Amino acid sequence: MSANPFSTVTEKVELSRMAADEVKTTTCYMCACRCGIRVHLKDGKVRYIEGNPEHPVNQGVLCAKGSAGIMNHYSPARLSKPLKRVGERGSGEFEEIEWDEALELATKWMGDARAKDPKKLAFFTGRDQSQSLTGWWASQFGTPNFAAHGGFCSVNMAAAGLYTIGGAFWEFGEPDWDLTKYFMLFGVAEDHDSNPIKIGLGKLKTKADAKFVSVNPVRTGYSAIADEWVGIRPGTDGLFIFALIHELLRSEKIDFEYLARYTNSHWLVYDNPGQENDGLFVRDKDGNPLCYDLKTKKLVDAYSKKAKPGFVGKRKTGRGKPKARPVFELIAERYLNDEYSPDAVAEQVGVKADDIRRIAAEIAHAAFEEEIELDIPWVDWTGRKHKTMKGRPVSMHAMRGISAHSNGFHTCRALHLLQVLIGSVDVPGGFRYKSPFPKHIPPAPKPAGKITQPNTPLDGAPIGNPTCPEDLMVDDDGNPIRIDKGYSWEHPMSAHGLMHMVLHNAWAKDPYGIDVLFMYMANMGWNSSMNTSQTVKYLTDKDENGEYKIPKFIYSDAYYSETVAYADLVLPDTTYLERWDCISLLDRPISSAHGPADAIRQPVVKPDRDVRAFQSVLLDLGARLGLPGMTNDDGTAKYPKGYPDYIVNHERGPGLGPLAGWRQGGTRHGRGKPDAYQLDAYIENGCFWQYELPANEQYYKHANKDYLKYANYMGWVPDTKPITFQLYSEPMQKFRLAAQGHGTVQPPDEHRARVEEFFDPLPTWYTPIEETMVDDEEFPLHALTQRPMHMYHSWGGQNAWLRQITSFNKLYIHPDTAAKMDVKNDDWVWISSHQGRVKGQVKLSTGTQRDTVWTWNAIGKRKGAWGLKEDAGESNKGFLLNHIISELLPEKGGYRYSNSDPVTGQAAWFDLKVNVEKCLPHEAGATEPMFEPAKRQPNAFPTPDIVQYGKDLKGKPMGGQAPLESWVANRYENALNIRGIEQAREANPHGKRTSRIK
Amino acid sequence: MTSLPRKPSRVKLGLVIDLDICVGCQACAVNCKEWNTSGHSAPLTDINPYGAGQKGVWYNRIHSFEAVDQETGDSQTINFPKSCLHCEDAPCVTVCPTGASYKRSEDGIVLVNGDICIGCKLCSWACPYGAREYDEIEGVMKKCTLCVDKIYNETLSPSSRVPACVATCPVGARHFGDLGDPHSEISNLVKARGGFALMPEQGTEPVNRYLPPRPKQHQKSTDQSPRSLEHKDTSTDGAGLLARWVDKVLSA
Repeated sequence: MSANPFSTVTEKVELSRMAADEVKTTTCYMCACRCGIRVHLKDGKVRYIEGNPEHPVNQGVLCAKGSAGIMNHYSPARLSKPLKRVGERGSGEFEEIEWDEALELATKWMGDARAKDPKKLAFFTGRDQSQSLTGWWASQFGTPNFAAHGGFCSVNMAAAGLYTIGGAFWEFGEPDWDLTKYFMLFGVAEDHDSNPIKIGLGKLKTKADAKFVSVNPVRTGYSAIADEWVGIRPGTDGLFIFALIHELLRSEKIDFEYLARYTNSHWLVYDNPGQENDGLFVRDKDGNPLCYDLKTKKLVDAYSKKAKPGFVGKRKTGRGKPKARPVFELIAERYLNDEYSPDAVAEQVGVKADDIRRIAAEIAHAAFEEEIELDIPWVDWTGRKHKTMKGRPVSMHAMRGISAHSNGFHTCRALHLLQVLIGSVDVPGGFRYKSPFPKHIPPAPKPAGKITQPNTPLDGAPIGNPTCPEDLMVDDDGNPIRIDKGYSWEHPMSAHGLMHMVLHNAWAKDPYGIDVLFMYMANMGWNSSMNTSQTVKYLTDKDENGEYKIPKFIYSDAYYSETVAYADLVLPDTTYLERWDCISLLDRPISSAHGPADAIRQPVVKPDRDVRAFQSVLLDLGARLGLPGMTNDDGTAKYPKGYPDYIVNHERGPGLGPLAGWRQGGTRHGRGKPDAYQLDAYIENGCFWQYELPANEQYYKHANKDYLKYANYMGWVPDTKPITFQLYSEPMQKFRLAAQGHGTVQPPDEHRARVEEFFDPLPTWYTPIEETMVDDEEFPLHALTQRPMHMYHSWGGQNAWLRQITSFNKLYIHPDTAAKMDVKNDDWVWISSHQGRVKGQVKLSTGTQRDTVWTWNAIGKRKGAWGLKEDAGESNKGFLLNHIISELLPEKGGYRYSNSDPVTGQAAWFDLKVNVEKCLPHEAGATEPMFEPAKRQPNAFPTPDIVQYGKDLKGKPMGGQAPLESWVANRYENALNIRGIEQAREANPHGKRTSRIK
Repeated sequence: MTSLPRKPSRVKLGLVIDLDICVGCQACAVNCKEWNTSGHSAPLTDINPYGAGQKGVWYNRIHSFEAVDQETGDSQTINFPKSCLHCEDAPCVTVCPTGASYKRSEDGIVLVNGDICIGCKLCSWACPYGAREYDEIEGVMKKCTLCVDKIYNETLSPSSRVPACVATCPVGARHFGDLGDPHSEISNLVKARGGFALMPEQGTEPVNRYLPPRPKQHQKSTDQSPRSLEHKDTSTDGAGLLARWVDKVLSA
């Protein structure tokens, strides 16, 4: 050092500190996306979490939620011991109890219900990633009253896909990001597939020749980077899609060959109005559907290899039998009609007719003028050899935006119809399935549990896919068997149940009362319920004897969410870094279009409190209750070591277990004997397993002989028959026929007209139901919600870092709309619906459709919940729109239906119409409704005023300096456009973020 | 006052941020916070993290705004991440009375030596970009280090040796490298995409570059929509087409 005291002191920067004692891999759970993470551990604490570059889901990247995992893991909102309620429900008055007592209590309550009538237990789970376990548990318990949160999330998307193309978006399939030229994204709340969609969009936009169109009433997030934003009016996407189809049909921009090979468009449908076979497929005596062969002029098996099927024309089906018409003719007739022309729909959808015509032309151009042909020979299901794989590079993605409307099922089906008509499903450049999809349409099984008996398991799984009235969960009088009225005449195809109706129905004892409500990781006491103010009253309401109308409520969560305060017994779960989990092919795996993949979570840190992983608790309860699958013959527990024991040793079929990788001594995947070292093998491999399908199985999976053989071996499909897209849905028609009086299983008269109206076998569009029942002038604006990307699907807005980004929400309004109401930025307004009103603050935004207002959901919180202080923005300025979204439609004919899609029971969150009005000066400043604060739990973690996390985790200086490496993101795509950027496909030092198609 | 390196470094490490694909997801900001709260200038203190008035030290912040053309009313949503731009002529350095704020001669990274920072905040007044973060509890200034303790860190796997914000960016909107080398990959990227310096009129010669959003298609009120498909049938119900399709022969 220089002797001169005024000289600059030079800092010696430590370039290589030992940042971690150990780096462990596991799977993120900050949302539902299931990315691979590398957790850096220092002195037993979490130093840093980064994306795992080897992982198929996120390929090294990590979103804001995943990067904030440390703060969730150490959140003061964590529960730390089982709790027993001692005050009134909702007060938050609890005492801590030991696990033995908690489990005995739960076993007693649930055991009593099981001995009386297993239906008296309703078991519903939220953002549960272990549904193959929880559903199986319900089945072993013997209650049909089970579902996860799909009914209020996106079941329309899933069901419409499964009933149409045997797969859907997100977990079922993805755009061919490498090859697509035209990508359309529909609707708000698009971030389910968080990192993959971001990776995909980044690649797509970096290429020079692709276009990204976003159809969305709100221009945030992905819409902000779209090449074109189509600010559509909410709930009208179906009309917009039909107008596109209309244009494509009118100009014959249809892939007829694809339709003939892979769809039912040539199948004949009886044209016999008023009769019992009207609208059903013409079948031979073995049940095979028939088509008209133009060559032989005869009816032949629609699957015949030689037939030249007719697409149009009324045909005779035999002496004394009605005539029949092919599906395509019905499609063409409907959508060629002028009622679906761009001019006819433009005003209603809020998009100029010229723009609709242009977008149709662009789709046609990409599909037919930019056709792709990959030099990959493959064999279709008939044995026919193809030299190449042809592709139509148009792909689409949608999620809750089009799904969460009461017309969402049909809209989602309309979108699939559009994809299929241009031949872009599972082809190069189009939409691609992820294993285990595609499945047969719809996939087995049917919902089980029509008959329940004391202490007896169900004869199947409670969740399934009905195809005809006989499959419904109704009694002989047509009344619902399930507490949520799932699979009843009110919502026949409710493939994910209706979790949003459980509290109301159990309270109203409609169809009956229950004894025990058991929920996991579902904030039904707040942002996961419609009509929250009323819904919490269902939990606190008492009968004339002073007993709660919902007698017992057991809840498991890792955090002190709003719902915890209403539980009688709280089973504290671990954080995601403290647990075993499996992300299973039996459930919701992490596959990509390139092949199947599954994953595990391993505990990377030990819990510092008395908590247990819910899945292990569930297996323990199963053993205590003596449930068959969880108990040995001698009465001992079958999985004494809990969930990891189950993950490795449970078999759903011979050799088929929760994890597909490294079975039978690591020699087999898919099928093979359970192996004690399986989890070690997963850990060694970064906590995931993946298999890349051979090139010849990567596309046309629905009709690909080799792929179907493999899928059958893996247990994903029951046979190797092709999966034929059901553009016309015979199951839909069967329900309609029943409503018309045909068949032995009949709907109660009061539901007849509704079933007949909405069970159209072809996609249709109708005004969202609630919209038709409320006064348009009183409530002129559509109201939507979405979650910000940094909190999407995230469990816990208490996160100390994320809440510095967003701690309260405002209501977004277009400036022109606001001007009419004399509303300015930051004004406080009342937002009212037919259900009630909430108060919030306004933010003007030009990226909002003019007849729409919207806000961020699940930011507003109840005082006292989530370990937040009472002055937190979340519970003073943040508001919850749920308060004014009714779970029931307005009364009509003496009955209030659920505010849900009449086909699937999907919660119709986005049908909401509101009025916005400036509040009085003295009303400004705080949100309403406001609840009494819930008390914090006993021995809650302190909520510090200052956090200096990581101060002690800097690590020891090790000296040394690694050579510098630059980083060009989307390297492959950039290299295509820009000279001087190396492709480095093989030798990319930063993971594998390159195209996989060789 | 503190001097900049007598000889500007040949290596000028910096970030290139693509505004065309930034979706405003906040991944970069949070991953940065996560790494750096145990990094060179640890911790990144948070104040009132569970109540009102929550605030903390963040090296990187994302601003989302709508750009509205006052004449036509056309608008666009922009997500704009901002952190230290590691200026060549960094006023935050020259203004520093203690030498705490300095620019590394090896690679051009601007750092704060927390040991001798007196928390006078002159640098935050001098920085035209507002890219300095004062830690009220520690009483020192903090800022983006370009993950100096990560990019050269021998104890990390090679794939981790990039700034946290870059490695984690899900869309691939962030690039890192030597902008002092006109032939480096990221310099080529900047050239090809018309990358620009932020507020060059401030004369600080920022090293970081932004890639501009590409023009939107069909979004301006003046855009025409001439393109449409040729209808093969103009009847109201499409009967002509149906008739035409009766004999259409295809292979199943």
